[in-house]
Amino acid sequence: MALLEVRDLKVGYGGIAAVRGIGFEVAQGELVALIGANGAGKTTTLKALAGMLVPSGGSVHFDGKSITRTPSHQLIRQGVALVPEGRGVFTRLTVEENLSMGAYIRDDRAGVRADLERMFGLFPRLKERRAQVAGTLSGGEQQMLAIGRALMSRPRLLLLDEPSMGLAPLMVQKIFEVIQGVSKEGMTILLVEQNARLALEVASRGYVMESGEITLADDSAALLASPQVRQAYLGE
Amino acid sequence: MMRLFQGGKDSPVAARAAILLVGLALLVLPFALAQAGTAWVRITNLAILFALLALGLNIVVGFAGLLDLGYIAFYGVGAYCYALLASPHFGLHLPFWVILPIGAALACLFGVLLGAPTLKLRGDYLAIVTLGFGEIIRILLNNLAQPINITNGPQGITLIDPFRIAGFDFSKPERWFGLMVSGPIKYYYLLLVVLIVVMVVNVRLQDSRIGRAWVAIREDETAAQAMGINTRNVKLLAFAMGASFGGIAGGMFAAMQSFISPESFVLVESIMVLAMVVLGGMGNIWGVVLGAVLLSFVPELLRYTVEPMQKAIFGRTLVDPEVIRMLLFGLALVLMMLYRPAGLWPSRTRRRELAPAKR
Repeated sequence: MALLEVRDLKVGYGGIAAVRGIGFEVAQGELVALIGANGAGKTTTLKALAGMLVPSGGSVHFDGKSITRTPSHQLIRQGVALVPEGRGVFTRLTVEENLSMGAYIRDDRAGVRADLERMFGLFPRLKERRAQVAGTLSGGEQQMLAIGRALMSRPRLLLLDEPSMGLAPLMVQKIFEVIQGVSKEGMTILLVEQNARLALEVASRGYVMESGEITLADDSAALLASPQVRQAYLGE
Repeated sequence: MMRLFQGGKDSPVAARAAILLVGLALLVLPFALAQAGTAWVRITNLAILFALLALGLNIVVGFAGLLDLGYIAFYGVGAYCYALLASPHFGLHLPFWVILPIGAALACLFGVLLGAPTLKLRGDYLAIVTLGFGEIIRILLNNLAQPINITNGPQGITLIDPFRIAGFDFSKPERWFGLMVSGPIKYYYLLLVVLIVVMVVNVRLQDSRIGRAWVAIREDETAAQAMGINTRNVKLLAFAMGASFGGIAGGMFAAMQSFISPESFVLVESIMVLAMVVLGGMGNIWGVVLGAVLLSFVPELLRYTVEPMQKAIFGRTLVDPEVIRMLLFGLALVLMMLYRPAGLWPSRTRRRELAPAKR
């Protein structure tokens, strides 16, 4: 059974349906991409998974348990961590304070300290800037910080919302390397991304969303080769 | 306790000596002030009361980042709670150690009442609602004289009991070790103890899990939620705790003044307390106390200097001292915000935010 199972999920904003009954799954250890154009309903889907929007129908199961209407502050205790769109780092706190805030739900101090060092090993850039205020970091560094902060809660599933947004192309490349690295360490990741090519290059499978529905689902390689995807999302 | 004194990190001996000196100074201060007139002791007491209020508001505004413009309402709730339960108005004379907790609990309840419907509001919207709340309380106090006389309307409540415990009366002068100790001086010591307790509670709160949750909410509410913080409960807690401190301060105010009326709980007072928090340094406990003391004393100093100065220069009073007082006060605030935008004694976070970035 998959770690994350979404069945017939419907989400709306005051009567307007943004997600019209979609289903997908993410297996343990997998990196799955959810791609689609602006307004396709990707972020809405993720917000519903993260407990920030209440779905109007369908179900979400995590590790066999329903998390359909679990509020976001409880979700992280069950092992689902969200890296929000636009990063959402605490701009006036230092890098280190941001990371420790990620471990808010944990009370094993020694473990948190060890994980802090682990993050600094994973992101040497952040180590250099550990005492610096997060607001003074570049967009890419902030994105690394947001990912590191989410990992500090020791999640079993990482939800990434548009990690490439607003970043310079070189930085985007770097962030995707980081995501790939985290995935190789065994983390299960659901990646929501507009940059279809990059997302499919790191992911093993992908789902394509269009006007609130999933129109294609396949292995990344197959999607990258599909004429439909090539035309609509890869600009070929 | 040492953590209260930030300067003490480098040299514990110097810090201890400084604490001792400050402590001694605070002990003899009321007697020195009494030489200049008991009025100054009263002014000092009010300054400490305002420091208590500012510390309470600092929890809401400084720690949790929720702009509250109706904070004085909780002060009013605490004051009226004390006044009604310890005055001839209802013929009730409960002891203060019973009423103060009731006042704090009642203010806390009002804090939650204000907090619950405003959970989704931020910034300016929240400010407007809290402002309205403050006005509602003031108007209620003014009008709850009919059909049943509860608050005695604009006339206020008189002959409120002072603090009394086992024959010890805080309002009566007494001779201790050959020294004449007036009522205000007794209250001064009581207020000082309460202030220290409240400051310690604040420092502990700031360093606690709850304190960290407040910081997270202040910085980014959505991200705070993603960190596993129950933003609803933690925000309500900020309102409730801030309000409780206001309620305690209100009870002490009523006992000290022995007379209260709705006039003491107007919008300007809310703004004054907020100015103390902002001017002193939002989020920094020491800064907030400093702001409260300064903003309580400076207007009084001006009151006593502006008129004689005019008389000396022009031979007569040209401008009403009250006008000049507020003018200078406003000017001082503007200058402060221009040259020290983070406050006189800013918190670490705010100092960082407003300082040029270190590279």
